Amino acid sequence: MSEEDLQPGGDRFPPTRRSVIEAVRSIDPEERERALEALCAAYWKPIYKYIRLRWNRPSDEAQDLTQGFFVEVLERELLEKFDPRKSRLRTYLRVCVDSFVSNEQKAGRRQKRGGALPHVALDFAAAEEELVGTAMDPAAIPSPESLEEFFEKEWVRSLFGLAVEDLRQFCAARERERTFLLFEAYDLEGDDKVSYEQLATDFSISVTDVTNALAWARREFRRIALERLRELCGSEEEFQREARSAFGWDAK
Amino acid sequence: MKFLSDKALERLREGSETPQLDGTRYRLLDRVARGGMGVVYAAEDEKLQRRVALKVLDVPGSNGDLANRLIREARVLAQLEHPGIVPVHDVGTLPDGRVFYTMKFVEGRRLDKFIDAVSSIPDRLRLFLRICDAVAFAHARSVLHRDLKPANIMIGPFGEVLVMDWGLAKILRPDSQSAAQVADPEATIFEKPSQRASSKDTTEISVVTGHGTVMGTPGYMSPEQARGDVEHLDARSDIFSLGALLRFLLTGDPNAPSLVKVRRLDKSLEAICSKAAATAPVDRYASVSELALDVSRYLDGLAVAARRETFLDKTARFYQRYRFFILLIAAYLAMRVLILVFFRR
Repeated sequence: MSEEDLQPGGDRFPPTRRSVIEAVRSIDPEERERALEALCAAYWKPIYKYIRLRWNRPSDEAQDLTQGFFVEVLERELLEKFDPRKSRLRTYLRVCVDSFVSNEQKAGRRQKRGGALPHVALDFAAAEEELVGTAMDPAAIPSPESLEEFFEKEWVRSLFGLAVEDLRQFCAARERERTFLLFEAYDLEGDDKVSYEQLATDFSISVTDVTNALAWARREFRRIALERLRELCGSEEEFQREARSAFGWDAK
Repeated sequence: MKFLSDKALERLREGSETPQLDGTRYRLLDRVARGGMGVVYAAEDEKLQRRVALKVLDVPGSNGDLANRLIREARVLAQLEHPGIVPVHDVGTLPDGRVFYTMKFVEGRRLDKFIDAVSSIPDRLRLFLRICDAVAFAHARSVLHRDLKPANIMIGPFGEVLVMDWGLAKILRPDSQSAAQVADPEATIFEKPSQRASSKDTTEISVVTGHGTVMGTPGYMSPEQARGDVEHLDARSDIFSLGALLRFLLTGDPNAPSLVKVRRLDKSLEAICSKAAATAPVDRYASVSELALDVSRYLDGLAVAARRETFLDKTARFYQRYRFFILLIAAYLAMRVLILVFFRR
């Protein structure tokens, strides 16, 4: 076997995205803004849902607190204070959220904040709808472990959701819309799996084409999700741990 | 953004993890286990129509370092052709870009699960000697294992002993300053084990560093390895692990304070364990062969190098070794005395 045969492809992480932690320390304001947008896009939903459950806040108040938190991240430069050697970014942000909401509560503040937020559309109505569908067992809510687990699960949902969206765009750019539709039909929708044969009939293609299309889509999804994740980690060690956790590789 | 149900998350995870074997000679069967940096599957080699174990990297490294490590692991294993070391069949890159290698599929039990089936101490010691054989062979080929622990030893259905998981193996290079061989400090990055890792089951957990580099398992890892003292790692680091392994075989605990107290074992066995797992490398056996020789001597009822015997110890060992003849002679003499006494009356 030649050396070329052994060249890792998907194993090598393409350095297309820079860690948000490095980027917020950049002197380039555009890069800082992009980093905050990436952070906000991945975390606003888990944070909103977490505030709703952990702090038992009504929807409108949780919306203000979520926006207020990201303003706080900007104003108090919280990301610059993050040390990846001490904790995961996800844990750090959750602790910061707790501290922020607690302080707001003590100060009795409730003001609308959001002027300096990154340009990310926060669809709170959709988040609220999802919360109804994904809420955990109310009996388990007081347990800190269950809330941590809830936050992690919502964060993974958010990360995978962004990766699926990226994949959709990636497929569209390569005129592989049908591939995405197959991926959507088989991996994303419905509780019962449809068969490859059924998909082949529905799309008037062969079963081999379905197999190849799904294999390609999963490979690209994995790559994109890992790229997104790498961007949201402060160090290589954190990335390795978060990837195993997000993909469930450490639990099996 | 599309909402993903819990079911969809599971499917995405499943689809992301499963290696793509299309166009290869392998067909995926089951997921078997996961190691420090990869997942092991059972697969069928369709060309040779046999079952193999396929190890594939799970998380990519930032610059291909983990992939290179997996390739290196396969190459190290390929150099070690020994009945006690699992043979590698193939190495390459899957269509999904992930590096893999295949090896013999071992259907057996891990030592920590198997050990209760071996009740006698001599049998456990004989099993230990076979582990030593494989490790000594690797050392003779200038390879350190660095993660010897019960979970990495498999006992096959016919009693064969196999040393597994060479993911942390280190190739030694000859040191120009001395006859000893030392580890290449450039080859691996070390970090101290975290408290969290050490608090878990030490037979299961291997400490993972910043680059996903497994550096050993608390309880079995030598002090110099735990310190990250890469320049001074040599065969004696594995000897420490073997000492802990021997202690585990005899007591069920690699860190048991004293064999004598725990299982009322011979002081010589305690001395062998203590010498093998001494804190300072200089106090340990110089080679695995020396350690194995001492264990063999113990099994043969001879004096062991690890312990200086008193006159009483020597007498006790002499009695243990020749007990049958001593008792036979004693019975003969007793009979003669009884006969004499009987006829005197």
